[in-house]
Amino acid sequence: MALEMVLRNKLKEKDILLMTHIVLGYPSLEDSFKIVETMVDSGVDLIELQVPFSEPIADGPVIVRANQRALQRGATVKACLNLAERVVRKFDIPFLIMTYYNILFCYGVHDFVSAMAKRGLQGAIIPDLPPEEGHDYLEAMKAYDLAPILIFSPATSDKRMKYLDSFGRGFIYCVARKGVTGADTNFSTGLDSYLVRCRKASSLPLAVGFGIKERANVDFLRGKADIAVIGTETIRKVEEMGVASVGDFIRSLSPVNTNSLGGVEAEGE
Amino acid sequence: MINRGYYGEFGGVFIPEILTTTFDELVEAFEKVKTDPSFWQEYMYIMSTYSCRPTPLTFAENLTRHFDGARIYIKREDLNHTGAHKANNVMGQGLLAKRMGKSRVIAETGAGQHGVATATMAARFGFKCTVYMGEVDVERQRPNVFWMERLGAEVIPVADGTRILKDAINEAFRDWVTNMDDTHYVLGTACGPHPFPEMVSYFQSIMGKEAREQILKREGKLPSRVYACVGGGSNALGIFSAFLDDRVELVGVEAAGEGLDTERHASRLASDNGSVGVAQGYKTYFLQDRDGQMKETHSVAAGLDYVGVSPILAWHRERGRIRFEAATDSEVLDAMALTIRKEGLIPALESAHAFVQAFKEAPDLSADDIILINQSGRGDKDIFTIAEAFADPGWKEFIQKKGNEYGA
Ligand SMILES: Cc1ncc(COP(=O)(O)O)c(C=O)c1O
Repeated sequence: MALEMVLRNKLKEKDILLMTHIVLGYPSLEDSFKIVETMVDSGVDLIELQVPFSEPIADGPVIVRANQRALQRGATVKACLNLAERVVRKFDIPFLIMTYYNILFCYGVHDFVSAMAKRGLQGAIIPDLPPEEGHDYLEAMKAYDLAPILIFSPATSDKRMKYLDSFGRGFIYCVARKGVTGADTNFSTGLDSYLVRCRKASSLPLAVGFGIKERANVDFLRGKADIAVIGTETIRKVEEMGVASVGDFIRSLSPVNTNSLGGVEAEGE
Repeated sequence: MINRGYYGEFGGVFIPEILTTTFDELVEAFEKVKTDPSFWQEYMYIMSTYSCRPTPLTFAENLTRHFDGARIYIKREDLNHTGAHKANNVMGQGLLAKRMGKSRVIAETGAGQHGVATATMAARFGFKCTVYMGEVDVERQRPNVFWMERLGAEVIPVADGTRILKDAINEAFRDWVTNMDDTHYVLGTACGPHPFPEMVSYFQSIMGKEAREQILKREGKLPSRVYACVGGGSNALGIFSAFLDDRVELVGVEAAGEGLDTERHASRLASDNGSVGVAQGYKTYFLQDRDGQMKETHSVAAGLDYVGVSPILAWHRERGRIRFEAATDSEVLDAMALTIRKEGLIPALESAHAFVQAFKEAPDLSADDIILINQSGRGDKDIFTIAEAFADPGWKEFIQKKGNEYGA
């Protein structure tokens, strides 16, 4: 099933979905697998798997360091794709690849997209590849029926949002604020009006990321967006309290979002 | 943005969406000043009253006699205010930032020359200023850190990645995506997303224009060859730009570090180790592994110690218009020692790379040939590195004594 349909179906049961992010190979490849397992068990709806890159220009210090450590510990592109294949086989939620363009470029854009398709991945987020530079990538994604996730930012004009939306599939990733990953976001009326602009420009589900780290942030987005993205905060939790703490953290974000409770809700209907 | 700054297959604008508007505005502002004669007038006025333009062209009589081949001329960018060609670019971008209504500038720096130039410009124009510098470079170019701070800039050491120039560029971009409303990023070399390669080369082209006129006036003909060191490529493009349509051989000299047969060099175009990739917002030759992860580079000259290179130079290499060579750390020190003793000139370690290649080729040319070397900067800033490389006993004693004084 195409990514958008999967999300729409889930949205019939929950008013907001959770997307989490991990850096493949951090703290280690095996830990990455365990973190994914915990996330899925805690009710996460989809996961972006970051293939580490030495120059992650859109990321803040926490994710930058995670990229570096992963590379030091041997997270090659091949190892990352193999791990992606393992989690896709094992867990029944959509997985996306997030990485920087050079990883695709050096692998061969077409070959990389075909490798993602073969492994059952649903789409990709490439933050340093605007559609103007991404002709080959967008063609290949279309050919393999994968979702290229396009990004909106508060600095994006209405006109450009429409332009970006014309290439997007699956959902739109709305960056909540200026800056890189990891800093705090001001959940305010400014964000509200930006999300209204996003909604007008695209009929795809909207994911909101950058700075979401607690339940209040997720609650703020209910009714305004479809997916809350948790990035840096899980890595922080892993660093502070270990891999095992991820489950509690995810469950704390959205109590109704766990799989078991979801089941209870469905029964009540 | 219609023109995305492609030179053959190289260049482009590979940036996060959040910066799209910022780049659109920058391109628009740059296009406007390019066709505004009052801008260039203002620029020339500043460069001739605040810096030392036109910089002289020095005939290196003693070196010419020593090598007994081509007549050697040296373009003296070391005589710019702050001691390097970096001022040409920084003053231009500073004026542009003023016209764009920005109140703060940020910069990356390797050798510290670009950082000092930017901090100086910021002091003069009244901008707030932050300079990002890799931790390794902070160590090897400490005097420049001192001056940047005295000039009122905040210097932020970068501890990520390889802790050198490329990592400082990443950090500067991260600052910019947060603060672009009031901040202009003064990129120091002809790299990065469009319009930076074009814009930096545009401001640096002043060197080539002057040098071409000066040599014609002095010798009545053009040089056979022009030599420039290549870090990101701004001084090379600046001096070469005036000779592109002439029958003049252009030679760019990269850092061979400890040798091209080792992993410790920064030669992207002259060695076989470079390959095409996309990083830091543009497509060019990088020193990277097969996955596309950037490698660690090495050069005794911090300003040449960089994984990427100007997309414009990558294109000229592809077309065969510019020849690329590389000089090792030890060759650089020899060329430097010779230049100091023979001519009383102290080239920067970066610039000395160009001297190495010129010295290799000068003896095989005839007295009818003229060669031109771009001395992109002066070497005083490198005193710690140079004194250590020469194992100067008096200097060592002095530092130990100073250390004891401070430690006491
Ligand atoms: C004196 C000097 N020359 C050359 C360079 C290298 O830069 P580019 O290749 O852009 O001229 C630097 C950079 O810091 C420098 O300080």
